[in-house]
Amino acid sequence: MKAPGRSLAGPLPGWAEVVLLPLVNIALAFIVVGVIVAIIGVDPFHALRLLVTGALGSWESIGYTLYYATNFTFTGLAVAVAFHAGLFNIGGEGQAYLGGLGCGLAILALDRWLPAWLMIPIAIAAAALFGAAWAAVPAWLQAWRGSHIVITTIMFNFVASALMVYLMVNVLIAPGSMTPQSRGFLPSGQLPAIAGLPLNLSLVLALACCAAVWVFLWHTPWGYALRTMGHNPEAAVYAGTNLRRMTMVAMCFSGALAGFVGVNELMGVHHRIVLDFQAGYGFAGIAVALMGRNHPLGVLLAALLFGALQQGGAELAFEIPSITREMVVVIQGLIILFSGALAHLPRPWLQLLFARRAP
Amino acid sequence: MQALTPAAAAIELRGIDKSFGVVHAVRGVSLRIEPGTITGIVGENGAGKSTLMSILYGLYRANSGEIWVGGRLVEMASPRDAIAHGIGMVHQHFMLIDTFTVLENLVLGAEGGALLAGGLAVARAELARLARDYGLSVDPDARVADLSVGEQQRVEILKVLFRGARILILDEPSAVLTPQETDRLFDILRTLKDRGVTVILITHKLREIMAATDRVYVMRQGQIVAERRTRDTGSEELAELMVGRKVRLDLDKVPVRQGEILLRTEHLSLIDDRGVRLLDDVGIELRAGEIVGIAGVTGNGQSELLQVLSGIRAPSGGRLTVCGHTIDTGHPGDPAQMRELGLAHVPEDRLRQGMVAAFQASETSILGYQNGPPFTRNYLLDGPAVGAHCAELMERFDVRPRSPGLRSSHFSGGNQQKLVLAREIARRPRVLLVGQPTRGVDIGAIEFIHRELVKARDAGCAVLVVSVELDEILSLADRILVMFAGRIVGEVEPGRADERTLGLMMAGAETA
Repeated sequence: MKAPGRSLAGPLPGWAEVVLLPLVNIALAFIVVGVIVAIIGVDPFHALRLLVTGALGSWESIGYTLYYATNFTFTGLAVAVAFHAGLFNIGGEGQAYLGGLGCGLAILALDRWLPAWLMIPIAIAAAALFGAAWAAVPAWLQAWRGSHIVITTIMFNFVASALMVYLMVNVLIAPGSMTPQSRGFLPSGQLPAIAGLPLNLSLVLALACCAAVWVFLWHTPWGYALRTMGHNPEAAVYAGTNLRRMTMVAMCFSGALAGFVGVNELMGVHHRIVLDFQAGYGFAGIAVALMGRNHPLGVLLAALLFGALQQGGAELAFEIPSITREMVVVIQGLIILFSGALAHLPRPWLQLLFARRAP
Repeated sequence: MQALTPAAAAIELRGIDKSFGVVHAVRGVSLRIEPGTITGIVGENGAGKSTLMSILYGLYRANSGEIWVGGRLVEMASPRDAIAHGIGMVHQHFMLIDTFTVLENLVLGAEGGALLAGGLAVARAELARLARDYGLSVDPDARVADLSVGEQQRVEILKVLFRGARILILDEPSAVLTPQETDRLFDILRTLKDRGVTVILITHKLREIMAATDRVYVMRQGQIVAERRTRDTGSEELAELMVGRKVRLDLDKVPVRQGEILLRTEHLSLIDDRGVRLLDDVGIELRAGEIVGIAGVTGNGQSELLQVLSGIRAPSGGRLTVCGHTIDTGHPGDPAQMRELGLAHVPEDRLRQGMVAAFQASETSILGYQNGPPFTRNYLLDGPAVGAHCAELMERFDVRPRSPGLRSSHFSGGNQQKLVLAREIARRPRVLLVGQPTRGVDIGAIEFIHRELVKARDAGCAVLVVSVELDEILSLADRILVMFAGRIVGEVEPGRADERTLGLMMAGAETA
């Protein structure tokens, strides 16, 4: 008998919710960034122009932007899938790390014997498997022991980091090498890439993942059950879904997606196992998913924005000395703040606008 | 205390208007409540009565209109203002802290200083005075958790009086009470009235309006459609005014034709983690072609019984046989398996269990049936088939609006319930469990839902109905079982039962 707790104006139309609101969020972030840039004595419009041309101004910069976007897509999708199941996976960092380990181990073990057309799928599968396995432990702890997944996934990031350092320094280091990295992958263990650019076949994998996530979540009975669990666990139990099993499925899927960062970085770019190749992508995935409203298409668009920021920001830091690397991080942080934490800030204004326009 | 001077209405509302976006919830309502009376406001769900009272209590602000209290125009910006003007509200769900004593609950939010002791002493004296003046005795040092529901409600009323309220709004106060407790509540309200307190009673139960009020306002679609002196009207007329057309509150049923036993429990028990016995030695037999009603006050094991029967919770002891398949502690069932056996379940709380608020209606229409044909082919959900299925259910069960793409939460309570019921009945189950079939459902839809349940029974389905509405059980059931404290305490035939004896059994007083 409670009256509906609606806000003053009606809900936004769908397109405004999906397109307009994020754009307004980004615009707000850029306004604040502009003010900060002006404070440190740089013309904000000049900086913006540099940022945009740095990200999109040439084939080369577009290539870099897409390469970064590939990583953001993987981790963004990982967060989104878990989120639809009501799980907050902030262990993308560790899962990406372990995914790289899996991919690298498979290649180090088999690249001498296998041709590329066989090696590549196996290495991709190994990345997925290791990423999923790393997510499966916190999932199991949550499903059976009640340990909160936010806590366990974040702790597993540290465990992953320590494990990798140990393995790289003591086990996988190339003989005679001074830096902790493995021997180089043979050509069969390298993904086809565009010459001179880090952009490689992983981009196609990322697009395929977007499609796969979309089909899985909205067009399979398992995706349906997963979303039911996320929205309303009690209704999921009522419907006969085993919540424990579904938690495992969701987290393993999520972990596998994060693991693909290793494919892009190691198989696509470094061609050997290195340390810290995943740095930051796991956490940025949270913002990408938030901004993309946990929809694969939204994640893809948000990933492109983040990729552009990453690339444009690097150019900006290079061109204008007073804008340092840290300044670029601040810009990214503000965008995350406005599209994540403050995502609903402009909603009432937009609602009023639409309410006034409607008869 | 009917001495009225026309100028000094306790409350007068003039032209109150309130919209939520496109929903015009209250449309220019004016009403007048005389001091020292009990006034009923009756209407279907969504008629606007709760919204109106929330405006009066300062929870919402009206878009336009005036509120006059005791002959003065006032501004109600928050409940604080309402309390300052002597208006108090007793909510449907109690706002008490279980682990606190009555006294501690009373001073909550009115502690009166940094040290509790002083406030408590004042409160104790005040409580004694209230108890004396209004005949509302409650042990001030009892823990709220140890009180009966009726006593907890008394604490709520005391809380409001303690804050100095002279005008009392009660929102569906009888939802959690037995008939006897409700009668006692009405006695209290009459005492309050005799002491000059003004009472506003919001309810959808016509019986209570007739029993307790002096005057009644009927609301429909945000407007006051009628005002009556209670003694000049009757349930039939009020029902008609509420719905806007003639309503048949009785049901035509053909005599029961019982078939084979489709569901049987033997010594079924359920014990929770803390060792509390929620179900105790429950033995039920449910036959094809009959409706068995479970009566009882909320919280006496009915919800748990439904959970165990539908496979959501495993029993701690005893056996459950559904369509020839036995489930016990060694062989726990699960809801998916129960569905395969031919059991369907309309849960008590449709929003929390029966549907996903954020899903489209079409998605809600396959909840629990999503695996396998006709909705899943080649591992993929067949979107068009799901949509067509939902459209068909909506047509058959008159769900409005007929939009399978609309969010489930945007349907009214009655239409949500019809959708859930449609989903469960459409599969032609052999056993149908229904919890609170018409909770939060308006009268028009109640008629329809009852007829559908009887239709299922006539088609040979074994139907188990759990409801806290005694009228509903009495008119629907072929047999009535009464639950108290997790046990079945008696069986009654509806022809030979009346509310009084049932009420006594529900309170655990009589074991048949």
